[in-house]
Amino acid sequence: MNFRTFLTVLLFLLAQLADARVLRVSKQGPFRLLSQAVRAARAGDTISIAAGVYSEPNVLIQKPLFLLGEKGAVLDGQGKHEILTIAKTRVTVQGLTFRRSGRSNMDDYAGIKVHDAHGSRFINNTFDETFFGIHLSNTDSAYIAGNRLKATAANEYELGNGIHLWKCRWARIENNHITGHRDGIYFEFVTNSQITRNQSRQNMRYGLHFMFCDDNTYESNVFSKNGAGVAVMYTKGVRMLNNLFEENWGAAAYGLLLKDIRDSEVRGNRFLNNTSGIYMEGTSRTLFENNLFRGNGWAIQLQASCDGNTLRRNNFAGNTFDIATNGHVVLNTVNGNYWDKYQGYDLNRDGVGDVPYYPVSLFASLSEQIPSAMLLWRSFLVFMLERAEKVMPAIIPVDLRDNQPQLQPHDLHQRSR
Amino acid sequence: MFQLIRYILLDIVRTRFLLFYTALLLLSSIGMFQLDADTGKVLLSLMNIVLIVVPLISVVFSTIHFYNSYEFIELMLSQPIDRRLIFWAEFVATALSLVLAFLVGVGLPLVFYGGAVGGSMLLFSGSMLTVAFVSLAFLSSVLTRDKARAIGLALAFWLYFTLIYDAFVLWVVYQFSDYPLETATLVLVSLNPVDLARILMMLQLDISALMGYSGAFFKLFFGTATGAWFSSVLLVVWSFLPVVIATRIFQRKDL
Repeated sequence: MNFRTFLTVLLFLLAQLADARVLRVSKQGPFRLLSQAVRAARAGDTISIAAGVYSEPNVLIQKPLFLLGEKGAVLDGQGKHEILTIAKTRVTVQGLTFRRSGRSNMDDYAGIKVHDAHGSRFINNTFDETFFGIHLSNTDSAYIAGNRLKATAANEYELGNGIHLWKCRWARIENNHITGHRDGIYFEFVTNSQITRNQSRQNMRYGLHFMFCDDNTYESNVFSKNGAGVAVMYTKGVRMLNNLFEENWGAAAYGLLLKDIRDSEVRGNRFLNNTSGIYMEGTSRTLFENNLFRGNGWAIQLQASCDGNTLRRNNFAGNTFDIATNGHVVLNTVNGNYWDKYQGYDLNRDGVGDVPYYPVSLFASLSEQIPSAMLLWRSFLVFMLERAEKVMPAIIPVDLRDNQPQLQPHDLHQRSR
Repeated sequence: MFQLIRYILLDIVRTRFLLFYTALLLLSSIGMFQLDADTGKVLLSLMNIVLIVVPLISVVFSTIHFYNSYEFIELMLSQPIDRRLIFWAEFVATALSLVLAFLVGVGLPLVFYGGAVGGSMLLFSGSMLTVAFVSLAFLSSVLTRDKARAIGLALAFWLYFTLIYDAFVLWVVYQFSDYPLETATLVLVSLNPVDLARILMMLQLDISALMGYSGAFFKLFFGTATGAWFSSVLLVVWSFLPVVIATRIFQRKDL
């Protein structure tokens, strides 16, 4: 007996116990449409939906129900309307496939739209070509897990966000796969939430996008090949742990863009092959620890508006530029990192280089001021200038330096939570 | 003409310098592949060889060779053979031998270590740069009669294209940084074969560096088929323009 059947049976028995009924929707009846079953159901009932494609206009649910999709149960929006709307109640939706919702930027059509439905749960559903996938507003303690969302469109305006939360608290979002949407995960005013082990790939704009979302934890997620990477803004108390940011290529693409973020942690993440691993401005008192930066154009673009940040125990390898900055005032601490470009020595053999490492290269500063100069990168002239600058720093911010550069990369597998 | 080229080629091989050059390239390429497992990194190191060493050797060797064959050229000129033919035979033979040396020295290790796909642009640019600098060497050889001065001039060409010109471009970009300079830099860069070769290679090897706003613009241009064709054609023009000018001078020159 697999888990799903077990769960169905369990719920069934529980429903019996609680004097709740199971209503079955199938092509043969008793209910041929979901909306009929919803109308007939009492609070606490379970609606089980048999395999088949059900095309009906927007179904509105305003009483606490369990919606269980059997294998192959599809709700089709026919590209015209919203599929499921849940308001002011507590609903569980599990195992259903939502297909082809209407597309409208006026109404924000979604596969499932949820208003004020605290404690609702959305588990193992599939969303094919929905405008928004799951759209929650003012819903606390939501649980969204194991959903697969996929959309395709030629233009950004034809897409909604995969998982969209507005003004929610204590949400848990786990193991979802989101592809091809505008933003994979979009939060606004979402606080105290856990976002774990999700995969957000190839979305047209951002893999993860949030604003005003304090005290959330993002752990072990994958953000890959999104149009502009991940952008997060105007938030404090963000914890980003063990995530993977990779392959975000493009003129305005960033592995992770931090704007006005404070008192946060970015630990144990991997930034691989991004145009810019981390771009940060207005970021304060944030700890960057145990991260790996590999193969990025810029590992970190640290704008001068950042202060009180600490970068320690990170590994930098194979990046074109390690750090770029746009000013001379340095209010951040960079210490004890491993830099593959470090050429110093270690006479007392304590594993720490004896001369400081300057992670900002001349050309990184230069091209920050004049982007056109990038065309001269890797020319003999630039090589000579870099050498001269190393011997006698004149242009790079000399205060931005690692006084304890490590000679060996940190073993990031032994990192602590 | 083929007969002539054959004689000159044999003469070049006999000096053994070419074998030494091939061996040097072979050794350094193989060494780099041995030292670093990352093919991308090796290609970047090889790029530096292509951009600095290959032009230098090409330009100096060709100039010296031209002066060493002075007597042979004079002898040939006493025969009823077209002056242009003799000059071009010299050019073709020298360029061919150096290109072959380069292809063997860098191309063989590339194929052997499996970097040939990523390195195709490296081989093309390296070959074109070789021809361009042989061409420049021939120009400097006909501009003056004194061997030392010709070598000096050849070195000046090399220094100019690898270093001074870029400094000039950087200065221009710096001075006019308030203006949109993308198109201007594009034009400026086209006027230097070394820059052209470097950008062509970078597009294939180190794309990350060319990103950012301007990078996107350059990639938009050079990254497309038109851009690649444009720069390739310009490289070819650079390979032959100096020698065409040199031929005109050589035809009227009092040896």
